[in-house]
Amino acid sequence: MGISNIVFLIVFVAAVAAFTYQVRKIRRNILLGRDTDRSDRPAERFKTMARVALGQSKMVVRPFAGLMHIFIYVGFVIINIEVLEIIIDGIFGTHRVFAPLGPAYDFLIASFEILAVLVLVACVVFLIRRYAGDIRRFRMKELTGWPKTDAYIILWVEIILMGAFLTMNAADGALQVRNDPHYVQAGSFPVSGLFVPLLANLDSSVLIATERTAWWAHIVGILLFLNYLPISKHFHIILAFPNTYFSNLNDQGKFTNMNRVTDEVKLMMDPDADPYAAPPPAEDNPGVPEKFGAKDVPDLTWKNLMDAYSCTECGRCTAECPANITGKKLSPRKIMMDTRDRMEEIGKNIDKHGKDYDDGKSLLGDYITPEELWACTTCNACVQACPVNISPLEIIVDLRRYLVMEESKSPSELTGMFNNIENNGAPWAFAQADRLKWAEEA
Amino acid sequence: MSEPVKVPTMAEMLASGEVPEVLFWVGCAGSFDDRAKKITKAIVKILHKAEVKFAVLGTEEGCTGDPAKRAGNEFLFQMQAMMNIQVLNGYEVKSIVTGCPHCFNTIKNEYPDLGGNYEVLHHTQFIRKLIKDGRLKMKGGGKFKGKRITFHDPCYLGRGNGEYEAPRDLLEKLDAELTEMRRCKSKGLCCGAGGAQMFKEAEPGNKEVNIERTEEALGLKPQVIATGCPFCNTMMTDGVKNAEKEAETAVMDVAELIANAEDL
Ligand code: SF4
Ligand code: SF4
Repeated sequence: MGISNIVFLIVFVAAVAAFTYQVRKIRRNILLGRDTDRSDRPAERFKTMARVALGQSKMVVRPFAGLMHIFIYVGFVIINIEVLEIIIDGIFGTHRVFAPLGPAYDFLIASFEILAVLVLVACVVFLIRRYAGDIRRFRMKELTGWPKTDAYIILWVEIILMGAFLTMNAADGALQVRNDPHYVQAGSFPVSGLFVPLLANLDSSVLIATERTAWWAHIVGILLFLNYLPISKHFHIILAFPNTYFSNLNDQGKFTNMNRVTDEVKLMMDPDADPYAAPPPAEDNPGVPEKFGAKDVPDLTWKNLMDAYSCTECGRCTAECPANITGKKLSPRKIMMDTRDRMEEIGKNIDKHGKDYDDGKSLLGDYITPEELWACTTCNACVQACPVNISPLEIIVDLRRYLVMEESKSPSELTGMFNNIENNGAPWAFAQADRLKWAEEA
Repeated sequence: MSEPVKVPTMAEMLASGEVPEVLFWVGCAGSFDDRAKKITKAIVKILHKAEVKFAVLGTEEGCTGDPAKRAGNEFLFQMQAMMNIQVLNGYEVKSIVTGCPHCFNTIKNEYPDLGGNYEVLHHTQFIRKLIKDGRLKMKGGGKFKGKRITFHDPCYLGRGNGEYEAPRDLLEKLDAELTEMRRCKSKGLCCGAGGAQMFKEAEPGNKEVNIERTEEALGLKPQVIATGCPFCNTMMTDGVKNAEKEAETAVMDVAELIANAEDL
């Protein structure tokens, strides 16, 4: 084992450890949420995951962007086989350890190269679209600052990684032509091979230096990128899978029924019930009665929180949102981004001040305003549009529930509507006794 | 055409020892809103024509609680739901047809957890079944033959419950020229009424949702904008008025189209 293998091993272990550390934090943050049962119907869940995450079924609703995304996605997944080889080579000082696979290896390397080019093309297209395109969902307020930088960083890094991969192969190919003993005859280079003649005049030492630099840039870049994921919207490449597995499988029109409300309503309707009985304590926190609805991140379900970490910030939801299209403040994408930001803030508070620290802030109010919430028509367009089966609507409704049931804060017309339903059994001020009058009218 | 129609109530049926095939859940809009009452009557005419033995709850029906639930008032929703379930279970109702996708969704999806289990159909699904079973015969080529019709998907029928075809199947029976908006079916744009928006002013913005949607529909120059929801009907009707296109374009429920085509 040479010094470079030891360096590699240290870098690799450090990167994996750092990534694990970050993922554990995210897991902890997600588990701040309330429980919800998504363990039923595993077969259907697998199918949903296979279709939506693996099969990208909702991405291709927009065919061009969908196709470009599939290039990047397939490229990224498949090139990981190459990364495996690089890791083994790095640790054991071998070179192209899979080369004995022979023709299969040639085929693999050739397909990696072609995929790398497709990834490059897609990244360039996406960059142009973001820099110069006139796509409203990329120009909105919530996509300025860090989220915008994040999107650019991802695309540029992928370009650099693919560039390093092809450079490495080109230099390797040139060295193979020279029968350098370390550079075994292996692989087929349909893309980088085109550049080999250009390198013909270079000294072998320069080629070796180039190949090594590109090799290190490629693998260190990937390890850095791995550690970039948890702070980026790019984390969706991992969470898309569990998030679609735990999708809501019910009809989208069905909203959850709150069990605690059921208990109380049953008590109210039961003539034998003791009206002064204390409300039952919350299941997971005896002693404190559970809130009705959500005010802050821990009041949401863990699935809502996983949704927030899975959000790609693509804005497909917002682009379909009737409220947003007509200029209202509501943007379902912003609901997800706010939820993630607030969750990160709470996570940092826990790190710094311990579990029970209260910073006096909350998702409702400090991040999301009632004006946004009341603009929602509960039309489910955002849920339908989301390529990773996120539901911004569930969060919106839970925050509304808090406003209405804990704070009695609803727009005055809605308060009137509630009163009508309560008093006359209809949202308008008509008498219940007149309900069948239409049948008498000619 | 419009003499009063006979509408039996569950109470009357029970008194005479009869059991209806299906309960017609009229809904609040269908009971009280002048425009929606016409849809209710069209559905009743179709039920009579197909000789369906049906009944309504009449004064025993109450709001399903949908607008309260979507607005966040889960208490009020569950109060309404439990009262309705008590009445429905009291009459041992098995099968319900609704005149409104919101009632349809709520009773079908949200009542079971609270003890209300019924087979629930939206009126377009029920009418389609009547035709399929040969109980309602369409002569075809009625009044709407060759007319340009576009269908606006109600959110709680379409995206909410995945039913895009039942209303379209019925429209096809009219021999009309069906034309689709760009945003149709799962990509259909909301009319702006759902989530209790019907009962309040919209938040500040630069346009009303119903105007946006009606403009899209009017862009196709249809003679009829068809809907399957009394609230969509109101929103689209307002939109058409706003564009001063009432003379060219009518907003009608699919049930009205079927009833009118057959001169019921
Ligand atoms: S459900 Fe609400 S947030 Fe989602 S698209 Fe419809 S109006 Fe917008
Ligand atoms: S919620 Fe879904 S559709 Fe909306 S921005 Fe996030 S990933 Fe995209």
